[in-house]
Amino acid sequence: MGMTMTQKILASHAGLSEVKAGQLISAKLDLVHGNDITTPVAINEFEKAGFTEVFDKDKISIVLDHFVPNKDIKSAQQSKQCRLFSAKQNVSHFYDVGTMGIEHALLPEKGVVKAGDCVIGADSHTCTYGALGAFSTGVGSTDMAAGMASGTAWFKVPSAIRVVLTGSLPKYVSGKDVILHLIGKIGVDGALYKSLEFTGEGAHSLSMDDRFCICNMAIEAGAKNGIFPVDEKTIAYMEGRTEAPWTVFEADEDAEYDEEIVISLSELVPTVSWPHLPENTHPASEGSDIRIDQIVIGSCTNGRMEDMEAAYEILKGKKIAPWVRGIIIPATMDVYRECITRGYATAFIDSGCIISTPTCGPCLGGYMGILADGERCVSTTNRNFVGRMGHISSEVYLASPATAAASALKGYITDPRTVMEEGR
Amino acid sequence: MKAEGTVFKYGDNVDTDVIIPARYLNSQNAKELAMHAMEDIDADYVKNVKPGDVMVGGWNFGCGSSREHAPLVIKTSGASVVIAKSFARIFYRNAINIGLPIMECEAAADAISAGDRVSVDFDTGTITDITTGETFKAAPYPEFLQKIIAAGGLMNSIKGEK
Repeated sequence: MGMTMTQKILASHAGLSEVKAGQLISAKLDLVHGNDITTPVAINEFEKAGFTEVFDKDKISIVLDHFVPNKDIKSAQQSKQCRLFSAKQNVSHFYDVGTMGIEHALLPEKGVVKAGDCVIGADSHTCTYGALGAFSTGVGSTDMAAGMASGTAWFKVPSAIRVVLTGSLPKYVSGKDVILHLIGKIGVDGALYKSLEFTGEGAHSLSMDDRFCICNMAIEAGAKNGIFPVDEKTIAYMEGRTEAPWTVFEADEDAEYDEEIVISLSELVPTVSWPHLPENTHPASEGSDIRIDQIVIGSCTNGRMEDMEAAYEILKGKKIAPWVRGIIIPATMDVYRECITRGYATAFIDSGCIISTPTCGPCLGGYMGILADGERCVSTTNRNFVGRMGHISSEVYLASPATAAASALKGYITDPRTVMEEGR
Repeated sequence: MKAEGTVFKYGDNVDTDVIIPARYLNSQNAKELAMHAMEDIDADYVKNVKPGDVMVGGWNFGCGSSREHAPLVIKTSGASVVIAKSFARIFYRNAINIGLPIMECEAAADAISAGDRVSVDFDTGTITDITTGETFKAAPYPEFLQKIIAAGGLMNSIKGEK
């Protein structure tokens, strides 16, 4: 019987010719990753267990991104611990303020992850790298510690849902709308323990930034990983970023899937997840009476260059509603610099928004945009759980950068197509 | 190994942001973190929980972030076990790795009410609702995971291999 793309990557890293769904395996890791929240716990576990050296300094990445530039003394201590450990272990892929970015935007950009890799990261959105045709999944700090020590991790081989994408996206509809639509369809545990394998001519029509966004939120459907086939766009993205050889895996023709879901990209509309679960999806057009206090455009989900372009196209030459706080956070220093070079930063400021250096900050209610009681935020981030971005009575509405920007202009949840069609 | 305690019951999709809000994650101190366990859905949990108590949830318990602080605060708060219909996968791994017992049992999660006295036998997977007299059987752990548990967690188990 054939294997899925994910199963083939796992089999190759476990040194097996074949694996089956449900099988427990030990796989060799190409990268073990952590951030400033999860790494300190991993370092403690690593040292407590008596390990003194990481298995391979070139296969560890540590990115300070959640609470940096540090928001308080405690978070500064955590960053310091990561910094000292990285220096002591001579970790090759350590990114601090000045070079850092939000981990899941940064590591692909820097060529640290590539097609065919097997990656664990102590951050749930590690599944982002499936966009490059890698197997990557989120784990906890103890798994990170064990991975740093041994270079291996145990996995239960997942079964898969095949998501066939047809057609191509209409204007002002993006990868974010695709993944929100899918989560709305299957629910927040609709892919629990499984792979989401994207395929079809629609998958190839999507940009890399859209693919990163889609794989990023696979976890929001409970999935172990999301993955796209490698095509000329993937190769073009990796060329010039990494000199290491990559491996292209393809699903077998006779691979078995638990389920097949067909999504026509051409029929999708700007989509918003109402609080307090990502599965509570509605067309953006249904939100026109929901008044908002803040928008956030950024995060590992939507802080890439195309996201900035989408926001710029809608915000340039216009003013956001006076009662809205507009927060724009490019995900990496390269994206940040490019926003300045292209004049986006000026346009964002002129529209009434602020533009920050990269941080996860507001997405998880850390800092840089915490909500007060009863406040509402349209956010391009990935979770809208109770209290996620601040007070437990505040509300987060998940949307694309275009929808967030359009909503900022109107002060109410807004379908970006209406803003662009009518002008303002 | 056995445990007995009073039940704290929650619904489906209990996420890691309500188990331990990220605003506290500038600390790694388990006792300090545990003072905020469950506070965004049950501000009284920390005041009322006693050693041995039992947490019961619905589908997809522990969804969301990979923060290991989530199973850790439940364990540190005194709860002896989480019983749920299903667990989100990272929470499941983390619970095994840090030694928080978890049991998957749909029937028990449905039938057990908040405030019931419940006893749990980890060796046999038997869950007994002492208040109602009903008993349930949880799905056993795969043998591979039993080895990790028997070794006292993941770090000990990989030390054994080296």
